[in-house]
Amino acid sequence: MTFTGPRPKEPYQIPPGEEVEGPPVTARDPRAWAKENLFSSVLNTILTVVFGFVLAFLTYRFLRFVFVDAEWEIIQRNITNLMVFHFPREELWRVWAALFVLAASAGFGVGAAGTRRAVEIEEGRGVAPGRGMLLRRVAPLVLLVGVLLVAAGSLTATLLVLGVAATAIAFRLLGRRVPARYFRFVALGVLVGIVASYLVITAFGGVPRDDWGGLLLTAFLAVGGIVISFPIGVGLALGRRSSFPVIRLVCTLYIELIRGVPLITILFMSAFALGFFLPPGTERPSLVTRALVALVAFTAAYVAEVVRGGLQSVPRGQIEAAQALGLSPLKTTRLIVLPQALRAVIPALVGQFISLFKDTSLVFIVGLTELLAVAQSITKQPDFLAQGLFVETLLFVAFVYWAGSYWMSRESQRLEQRLGVGTR
Amino acid sequence: MRVLRWAFQAVFLFLVVAFLLYIWGNLTGNFERLGIRTDFRYLRQPAGFAIPDSDFRSSQSIFQALLQGAQNTAKVAFIGILLATLLGVIAGVARLSTNWLVRRTAALYVETFRNIPVLLIIIFLWSGLLQLPAIGEGREWLGLMSVSNRGIVVPWFERTGSVAVFLAVALVALLAAAAVWVWRTRRFDRTGEPPRRLRFAGGVFLAGLIVAFFLSGQPFTISLPETGRFGTTGGFRLATEYAALLIALVLYTGSHIAEIVRGAILAVHKGQTEASNALGLSGVQRLRYVVLPQAFRVSIPPMANQYLNLTKNSSLAVAIGYYELTRITGISISQGGPAPQAIFVLMLFYLMFSLFIALVTNLLNRKLEIPGR
Repeated sequence: MTFTGPRPKEPYQIPPGEEVEGPPVTARDPRAWAKENLFSSVLNTILTVVFGFVLAFLTYRFLRFVFVDAEWEIIQRNITNLMVFHFPREELWRVWAALFVLAASAGFGVGAAGTRRAVEIEEGRGVAPGRGMLLRRVAPLVLLVGVLLVAAGSLTATLLVLGVAATAIAFRLLGRRVPARYFRFVALGVLVGIVASYLVITAFGGVPRDDWGGLLLTAFLAVGGIVISFPIGVGLALGRRSSFPVIRLVCTLYIELIRGVPLITILFMSAFALGFFLPPGTERPSLVTRALVALVAFTAAYVAEVVRGGLQSVPRGQIEAAQALGLSPLKTTRLIVLPQALRAVIPALVGQFISLFKDTSLVFIVGLTELLAVAQSITKQPDFLAQGLFVETLLFVAFVYWAGSYWMSRESQRLEQRLGVGTR
Repeated sequence: MRVLRWAFQAVFLFLVVAFLLYIWGNLTGNFERLGIRTDFRYLRQPAGFAIPDSDFRSSQSIFQALLQGAQNTAKVAFIGILLATLLGVIAGVARLSTNWLVRRTAALYVETFRNIPVLLIIIFLWSGLLQLPAIGEGREWLGLMSVSNRGIVVPWFERTGSVAVFLAVALVALLAAAAVWVWRTRRFDRTGEPPRRLRFAGGVFLAGLIVAFFLSGQPFTISLPETGRFGTTGGFRLATEYAALLIALVLYTGSHIAEIVRGAILAVHKGQTEASNALGLSGVQRLRYVVLPQAFRVSIPPMANQYLNLTKNSSLAVAIGYYELTRITGISISQGGPAPQAIFVLMLFYLMFSLFIALVTNLLNRKLEIPGR
């Protein structure tokens, strides 16, 4: 049998000796750049001058405050308080140990994820990452750790932080060697790592979470909140899209009611009224637990909405194909719908985590000493009383929140590009 | 299979109801043991505290106090939404400016305020305002504004006579302005001349206002803040707490709105921009007639979300002592009111706010939706 269709075209070949014109080279002449970007019209020139003056003034005032006028002694002397508050000092090694465990599992997870991505790109299923420079990516985090270490001014702490970083890098290299097909076990391993780091601090005569404070409590509430609320949120999202009207109604009611009220009202309910809802005679859970319950109840509703968006983004054809293959509804959800949906919502989940991270500052109002509360209380120490040092402490706390949130939000943008969300 | 489905749902419903009944049983049991009533009669008891900057007296009921609190929440939310939208749209457009410096400044603002907890901003501003000089030696700017730790005083209208005549004439002027607007529009449709509706209608309205002012015998004057020994008289005082809350919410929400606006503008098809360039529209015209109307439609649902967030975040005023719903509830609990009911009522109030905002924005969305999409 002979092939009679049109012959495939030969790829175009450049005749020898002919110059190829590439894309025009953009002029990097600074004067041309300034003319184009700063002084292209009269209006632009005025804007440049006005904004230049305002910005220069603000930058000057800010830098002058940070490097000349500010009295950072209050931060330096209270750095341990800001990190852990009333955590027993002789047990501090547990926090460091937990950091090592966390660094190991996080590095391992990142390494394994890199291997899997490489496989996906090879198979043409993934988008090749842009040229992201590692140093630029982790800059906010490095800056944060650097500032904390400068404030601490301790050699031991510096060495320990270097150790943590080395552990993360070592485990990242180890994670690289994990074949892509075992990735789900690695994901489970990361979760085990998070739980283990919690146990390192609490188990075997450790410090119960009720004695935690400062950044440690903030991190615990944020991470604990998202980890616990994730499965609940997925359940609620599935329930809201369920074909059972009763389940749909209950889940929708829960999600919409929670989303309609401020977090502080739920925190109030949990902090002041939870005891009334427990059987008479039961001991009331501690304040930390009650705050965590409120944060989980609140975040679950928002996670549910995020996941619902992911569920809706799974093409209908996928479900129909699964049914055609004879998969049961449960298997269709578990094997076809959820993996695709959850993958698509990872960036949005990171966003939700950032908002939870910032929202943990609200537990200050019900009386817990997280980072913001510590910052407020150290200004009332006898040595620092009534000196208007709130600017220093609040600026420091704002920087900690900012560095964490900014770093994570940039990572989530990168993830978004890599997963190609919205471009498929 | 069908029977199974319903049986499963019945079991689920049974579990949910059983759980709620169990909780209810615990609640009533605990209340009985502690001798607290389970009804809402506490709402009728006298509040026992006064609310500054309002007509509320401590002999009025707790329910009345909550209504006053709702009014204060609405005062922050409404003005906050207006200002945050203004700031957000400006910052969002500025982030896409052709001017490098403007672009960078807007990015600096957005990335700073988006990544800090709003509670921290509120507390920071409040502490800052409290550091201002005391009222006797408060700072004054050109005699127009007075700033002290008791608040910011700005010029405001002061009534000196009957306003009824003025309002009546002003209404006539408004109607006349509307008529002029319609006339200019029709003329534009007929002849294609530039309509200049705003200039014509605004001129008519302004002239009407001036006529009304003198016709009714100058019913009000502008009162400037005057600093005396015991405080400022005249003008309109923004209490420290209110000012701190409002500014913080506007800065925080504005940075989020800026991101929405930026995304919405970027979502407008590139061909639209190119087409308007080809038609020879200027940069401002392109924004005003082509890009923003389309971006606006896309951004209504996420903006509605931000408006809801701003309203809910106003509850954080509880940390600085502005008398809105949450703080009044907190006070009533600390005075021995039953916590579960009080917080339940508080949630109902916020749900009503949320429903109201959702309703308004949904109506707006439906009205502005491009038909057939």
